[in-house]
Amino acid sequence: MFETLTDKLQRAFKNLRGQGKLSEEHLDAALGEIREALLDGDVNLGVAEEFIAHVRAKALGSEVLLQLSPDQQVVKIVRDELGDLLGREARPQFGSRPPAVWLIVGLQGSGKTTSTGKLGKWLSEHGHRPIVVSTDVYRPAAREQLAQVAKATGTPCWPGTGTDKPLEIVRGATREAKLSASDVILVDTAGRLHIDEELMNELSMLKRELNPAEILFVADAMTGQDAVNSAGEFHKRLGVTGVILTKLDGDARGGAALSIRKVTGAPVKFVGVGEKYDALEPFLPDRIVSRILGMGDVLGLIERAEKTIDAKQARDLERKMREDEFTLEDFRDQLRQIRKMGSIEQLMGMLPKVGPFAKIPKDAAIDEKQLTSVEAIINSMTARERADSNLIDGKRRKRIARGSGTTVQEVNQVLKQYADMRRMMKQYGSMAKAGRLRGLGKLAGMK
Amino acid sequence: MFSLFTKREGSLLDRLKQSVAKTRTEIAARVEQLLTGNRPVDAELLHQLEAALLSADVGVRTTKEVLAALREQVNQHKLEDAAALKQELKRQVLKILEAPAAPPDGQPTAAPRVIFVVGVNGTGKTTTIGKLANRLKGEGARVVLCAADTFRAAAIEQLEVWARRAEVDLIKQKSGADPAAVVFDALSAACSRGADVVIVDTAGRLHTKSNLMAELEKMKRTAAKVVPGAPHDVLLVLDATTGQNGLNQAREFFSHAGVTGIVLTKLDGTAKGGIVVAIARELHLPIRFVGTGEKVDDLVPFDAQTYVNSLFD
Ligand SMILES: Nc1nc2c(ncn2[C@@H]2O[C@H](COP(=O)(O)OP(=O)(O)OP(=O)(O)O)[C@@H](O)[C@H]2O)c(=O)[nH]1
Ligand SMILES: Nc1nc2c(ncn2[C@@H]2O[C@H](COP(=O)(O)OP(=O)(O)OP(=O)(O)O)[C@@H](O)[C@H]2O)c(=O)[nH]1
Ligand SMILES: [Mg+2]
Ligand SMILES: [Mg+2]
Repeated sequence: MFETLTDKLQRAFKNLRGQGKLSEEHLDAALGEIREALLDGDVNLGVAEEFIAHVRAKALGSEVLLQLSPDQQVVKIVRDELGDLLGREARPQFGSRPPAVWLIVGLQGSGKTTSTGKLGKWLSEHGHRPIVVSTDVYRPAAREQLAQVAKATGTPCWPGTGTDKPLEIVRGATREAKLSASDVILVDTAGRLHIDEELMNELSMLKRELNPAEILFVADAMTGQDAVNSAGEFHKRLGVTGVILTKLDGDARGGAALSIRKVTGAPVKFVGVGEKYDALEPFLPDRIVSRILGMGDVLGLIERAEKTIDAKQARDLERKMREDEFTLEDFRDQLRQIRKMGSIEQLMGMLPKVGPFAKIPKDAAIDEKQLTSVEAIINSMTARERADSNLIDGKRRKRIARGSGTTVQEVNQVLKQYADMRRMMKQYGSMAKAGRLRGLGKLAGMK
Repeated sequence: MFSLFTKREGSLLDRLKQSVAKTRTEIAARVEQLLTGNRPVDAELLHQLEAALLSADVGVRTTKEVLAALREQVNQHKLEDAAALKQELKRQVLKILEAPAAPPDGQPTAAPRVIFVVGVNGTGKTTTIGKLANRLKGEGARVVLCAADTFRAAAIEQLEVWARRAEVDLIKQKSGADPAAVVFDALSAACSRGADVVIVDTAGRLHTKSNLMAELEKMKRTAAKVVPGAPHDVLLVLDATTGQNGLNQAREFFSHAGVTGIVLTKLDGTAKGGIVVAIARELHLPIRFVGTGEKVDDLVPFDAQTYVNSLFD
């Protein structure tokens, strides 16, 4: 299937082993692979090539080349530079005088209205008194959508009924904000193309009227090469102050983040990770770097694991993994732990597509609903069966299926999943031991 | 019998051409310059072509393949100048886009024709349904819309507005209702009303969410129970600004929902939607329609020749 960037780089550097020095030729081979990884990750071609040229200069001039292995060295430079480019975590601005206005702009369907709702909730939870208002007088039921979102999140909403002029609507909202002592006005706008003169002028007009503390460009993480054109034009017209990158809960690599950063200079301030209104997170540049390169969000996974898995259990698990003593009982515990960590898709999406993880078939991801029956199946086993799955023969499988209200096929499937996981754990345990995936050891509790 | 997908009006083709022509970026214009005249074929020229394809979101893999084929012919001295190269490049892309079998259109079916419209969030499903309903109605079909996005805020209200605009019936339940139940209602109503077409609006869903993909499968099963063979079409709505993720979207919706065709929306912007070339190449899915704006008649049948010409002419 797909060769990962790590595999490719190792291949590019294979002939180099023993030479201990990075030749320009090898460097260019490696950078060619990285260029492709960036393009596969939707980084704009121009941005990718400029970046590669920059890394090349840096790598050739760098002195530490002899310390790390060449592939590690190049990856390190690439990661550091990508991280630098994306900048540090950035805080949202409130201006000097309340109410602060945040103007939410972007292309059609990028997630503005949903993000407005999420921001309302986020602000309320952070001690603010937000009010939302929609100026989308064009799309069918757009204002109704924001009204419903606001209701669901308990945020006041200025309905702006009686007029279909954005300017009048925001003036009404501003008056209301002052009356109700709201300190942030979230202004949702209609989706528009950056080449739509008339509607882009409308935004300039709203900006002049409102003097916003934030102009947040909402961008879909699935955006491809065109991100530079749309974001560039929005920035030219408005001066974007921050970016909200939405729909990161899917498997898009999100290279548009880099393109947008490059043309706007504005930092990503929030990311959207779901359709629910609490699915808004601060942006952590390190995370997206691995993701863009196709290396998985290992850091995020570790952090999540650290938050939920208790240390003693983790140490036990790590030992069992190493010694291949991972039982069905442990499997059940794991499932319970995992469910505490988040949805399966989310977790699978965070795994790097390298090493043993590269071999996890897509459909190995367990359906949330199935988890309940998996648990029921394991519960229907005897303690001895759980300790030694080899005992579970055809007759026992039938009994377990009856006991858990499932079918023998389902029982078979659970046993297979267990076997797969056990195999994976074994590999993973030996990898962690060998220190091949730095940091992953922490996941298993080896501090 | 009205024709669903094969109608080819000159005026619409012109409009597609216009709208696609509008989307040309500087790179395309540059390539065009490069390609006209009898400039000899050299490495720089091929490099520019690569850039044009990559910038249109065609993707590394498909671009490499197309270029490898071109290079081979250059090496065999089959393509002596830039004009010949351009011809061949167009032919290659066209071949990929035209490969998918013609849609099984015009087959008279006794029951209503059921069209599912699916895709990730915010691509333009609901809007496309409004436009499609209007189009079919204009061809004399009795259309029923099914508001099976019961999840997103005001999704039902949005479809209601479109139903009014197109002057077609809408079957809905309350927000939060089981989407399969709405499908059941809509198809039953369509049968008893003698409707020709039912178009089902589904909630946007990321292809990576297995529970939501399973929900879609359930809706399909329900449809088949009411109308044998339904859904007859499953249209995947793809946003032209989408990058390489579009291929994953197509793969997953294809395997879970049995997508039969693609609608490429938002082609009135500057994005070209080149990922459809990669999709057509891998999954052999035809592109049925192109969305060119937010108004009710901003939907045109896809024409591969026009699309390719507009990209490179
Ligand atoms: N999975 C996922 N879906 C999202 C996210 N943010 C928004 N959406 C979905 O994307 C779709 C479009 O969101 P909207 O908020 O309506 O987008 P918009 O930019 O306001 O759209 P227009 O006003 O029509 O331009 C909806 O289905 C949302 O539920 C996200 O972070 N993850
Ligand atoms: N410029 C342009 N905008 C479009 C086109 N098609 C749809 N849109 C806009 O894109 C936005 C999203 O469209 P919807 O029809 O709500 O998308 P959807 O796929 O139903 O969204 P969800 O149901 O939330 O997943 C709206 O603002 C539409 O007006 C198109 O062809 N061109
Ligand atoms: Mg909106
Ligand atoms: Mg919709």
